[in-house]
Amino acid sequence: MRFVTALIFALFPVSAFAVDVPVTNYMLDNGMEVVVVEDRRAPVITHMVWYKVGSADEPPGKSGIAHYLEHLMFKGTTTRDVGEFSDIVAANGGSENAFTSFDYTGYFQRLASDRLELVMELEADRMVNLDIPASEFEPELGVVLAERNQRTDSNPGSLLTEQRRAVEFINHPYGRPIIGWRSEIEALTPQDVMDFYKAHYAPNNAILVVAGDVDPEEVLRLAEIYYGVIPANPEIKDRVRPAEPPRLAAARLSYEDPRFTQPYLIRSYPAPVRESGDQRAAAAATMLAQVLGGSGVTSVLGKSLVLEQDIALAASSWHWDQSYDPQTLAFYAAPKAGVSLEDMEAALDAAILNFMETGVDPEQLDRIKAQIRASLVYALDSQNGLARSFGEALTQDLTVEDVLAWPEILQSITEDEIMAAARDIFDPSKSTTSYALQPETN
Amino acid sequence: MRFLFAAFLSVLALPLWAQVNVKPYTSPGGIEAWFVQEPSIPFVAIDVAFRGGASLDPEGKYGAVEFVMAMLEEGTGDLDAVAFKKEQERLGARFSFSSNRDAVEISAQILNETRDASIDLLHRAMVEPRFDDDAFARVRAQFESGYRSDLEDPGTIAGVAMAALAFPGHPYGRPLEGRLEEFQTISIDDLRAAHKGALAKDRLLVSVVGDISEDDLGVMLDTLFDGLPETGAPMPERAEYALSGGVTVIDFDSPQSIAIFAQEGISFDDPDFFPAFVMNRVLGGGGLTSRLATEIREKRGLTYGVGSYLASFDYGDLYQGSVASANEDIAEAIALVRSEWERLATEGITAEELDAAQRFLTGSYPLRFDGNGRIAGVLTGMQLNRLPIEYMDTRNDKVNAVTLADVSRVADRLLRSEDLHFVVVGQPEGLATQ
Repeated sequence: MRFVTALIFALFPVSAFAVDVPVTNYMLDNGMEVVVVEDRRAPVITHMVWYKVGSADEPPGKSGIAHYLEHLMFKGTTTRDVGEFSDIVAANGGSENAFTSFDYTGYFQRLASDRLELVMELEADRMVNLDIPASEFEPELGVVLAERNQRTDSNPGSLLTEQRRAVEFINHPYGRPIIGWRSEIEALTPQDVMDFYKAHYAPNNAILVVAGDVDPEEVLRLAEIYYGVIPANPEIKDRVRPAEPPRLAAARLSYEDPRFTQPYLIRSYPAPVRESGDQRAAAAATMLAQVLGGSGVTSVLGKSLVLEQDIALAASSWHWDQSYDPQTLAFYAAPKAGVSLEDMEAALDAAILNFMETGVDPEQLDRIKAQIRASLVYALDSQNGLARSFGEALTQDLTVEDVLAWPEILQSITEDEIMAAARDIFDPSKSTTSYALQPETN
Repeated sequence: MRFLFAAFLSVLALPLWAQVNVKPYTSPGGIEAWFVQEPSIPFVAIDVAFRGGASLDPEGKYGAVEFVMAMLEEGTGDLDAVAFKKEQERLGARFSFSSNRDAVEISAQILNETRDASIDLLHRAMVEPRFDDDAFARVRAQFESGYRSDLEDPGTIAGVAMAALAFPGHPYGRPLEGRLEEFQTISIDDLRAAHKGALAKDRLLVSVVGDISEDDLGVMLDTLFDGLPETGAPMPERAEYALSGGVTVIDFDSPQSIAIFAQEGISFDDPDFFPAFVMNRVLGGGGLTSRLATEIREKRGLTYGVGSYLASFDYGDLYQGSVASANEDIAEAIALVRSEWERLATEGITAEELDAAQRFLTGSYPLRFDGNGRIAGVLTGMQLNRLPIEYMDTRNDKVNAVTLADVSRVADRLLRSEDLHFVVVGQPEGLATQ
């Protein structure tokens, strides 16, 4: 992201849509997919282009290149000067941003609906015409390093997340930080970036999402004019990343930092993600995480550790449901003052064991499903959120149909499926347990 | 394709707007609200504010009002904390309770199909919280953990230190030191008193956006606020700005330094507020296009984030900004902030900068109004700023009316680089407290 903090992190497992979202889906002849979501309440649009390339697609030794390129996409094209893109968007009353994740890089603008053609022309231009003056690379590398300083190196929680992911993934590039390792960022060259750009930025590796006060036919007409004329890059193939070998040994790590005034632990396991046409296993995992720790003291872990045993300040769990390759399901627990992380972990294990014996409380499952139904209504209130949901899903090879089907699949998950998911996922030999704590002072 | 840009510029003057139809509404019971009927999605968004907020903390009881707001979702009437949350989950209602230095706020999203029960639940939470012993102890422990974390968070350290230097002795200026100890003296009786003082009808502001008829709105509002006290605690005094130019370094072990800088600001109701607002867009409020971002980030790569804003509060005003840089770079970044401050004060801005700022500020204004929840929040924000309901129709005209001469006058009056004070948290090279 260029302005604010947070490389994209799917922390909240329930993404939601109502079935009557007015969504239209096309494919241009050059392979660029187009999604239009109508929301006619205000004369505003959200225009997004998503590339199916992220940090997990970087060559070994070049971590951070996808994110560095995201920054450099604002530094001029063959016909536009450095910063001109942003100046034009701002002069038209638009806001913009960009973000990089493991599986995608996204660029978006929000502005008045009569400016759609303007941003389409700008975004199509920089899809293939990037032309950056040599003097721009070094200062922007400084910006990226400052971003890493601000968001990772100055934040003990972010440092632990980085270390944890490096352990959770034995071989898969999800184990590398999106922003990159400092030593590798420092060594990135202009040639590296331009090679990466030419290899991955093309219409057949991109998705256009337009949401707001628009006519889908008009969007298609404009998309054909601006994006449809860009030739596909035939070299681009489906992504194949280094696969994870079977994990045989439980992993533990402990990061001591004086800034951890509140110790906590995270326990994670490999877990399935949504596959196109086959989202049920991921849905069961998502519902499992909801039951265990989706809503504070009304979920299993909060009830046991926070309320009944009164040893934790907070406990939660989440499942990373949407990703190109499998991610994790994890628990978080923060002990009260005077409770050690070892005791916290033992209590967490006992609570999970107890859950495996007693099963899902049907009343709790009903409440979770009521909240999912409600979130379908509330999701319609956010044009930006809807646009983002479709864009993100499509970069991970889900389809619009998969996205629309997801809430119904969640609703249909049974208690038995949740318990089966728990038995599959909670394999102690596949676990990673991370401690965050202060160094001993005496 | 420059011609395309030109073609678009030519239509910029058109109003792209006027869709949000806000009405003043008074319920049969006398509750006033700003109301937008928006029937396309079957829910309502409600945004409620009570003026005063955390500044009403009783002497020696830092954090009491914020604690009250957290306790509102911990049980009411015959529902304990768990029963309350279960009921909320069943209803699919979303409530959020928060506090800041000038107000406490309650935002709710409520489905049509469960509206009556959801409103009843929110009403009871607001008017008759239980303050149970066990919930009190649990939430207190969570706050205590937060207060301890604040002591190790450089951004919080810098922000609180700046407020404490600027407004000593005022509720705005409570230092970090002693917060936890004061907080720990708060009793349940203190919470009951703070609750009565903070949530009263004499300071209530309400906005409602969504799918509801006027008749139902009246019933809803009269139900929601029934039983609140008519008057609350006395409002704070004005905060006197007490800071002069200089640098305050707070040692903190980190690879980067965070600097928060400020001078005295300008009140929201000052006739020069709009020229100042436009000026700040050019100086430090314009994302990556501002002068500060251009000089410090884009040209030199010294920072990821730099910006400034008019921090105009009910009882005191700062013109504040922040920049973070590696410890070896922060002195250069600070020197650049000073020199840009000085340059604008003496040279003003160019016609092109004024034009770009006005285009952005007017063109982007409608982007704030895309969603019931967002609109409700904006409307309450307008009420907190004491703006008239017609403000939305005149706001862009006020931005467009600002001239170069206005900006020069305000720059001359407001910008004082010698009065800028920098609070720097980190291990900055070449900087010391002065």
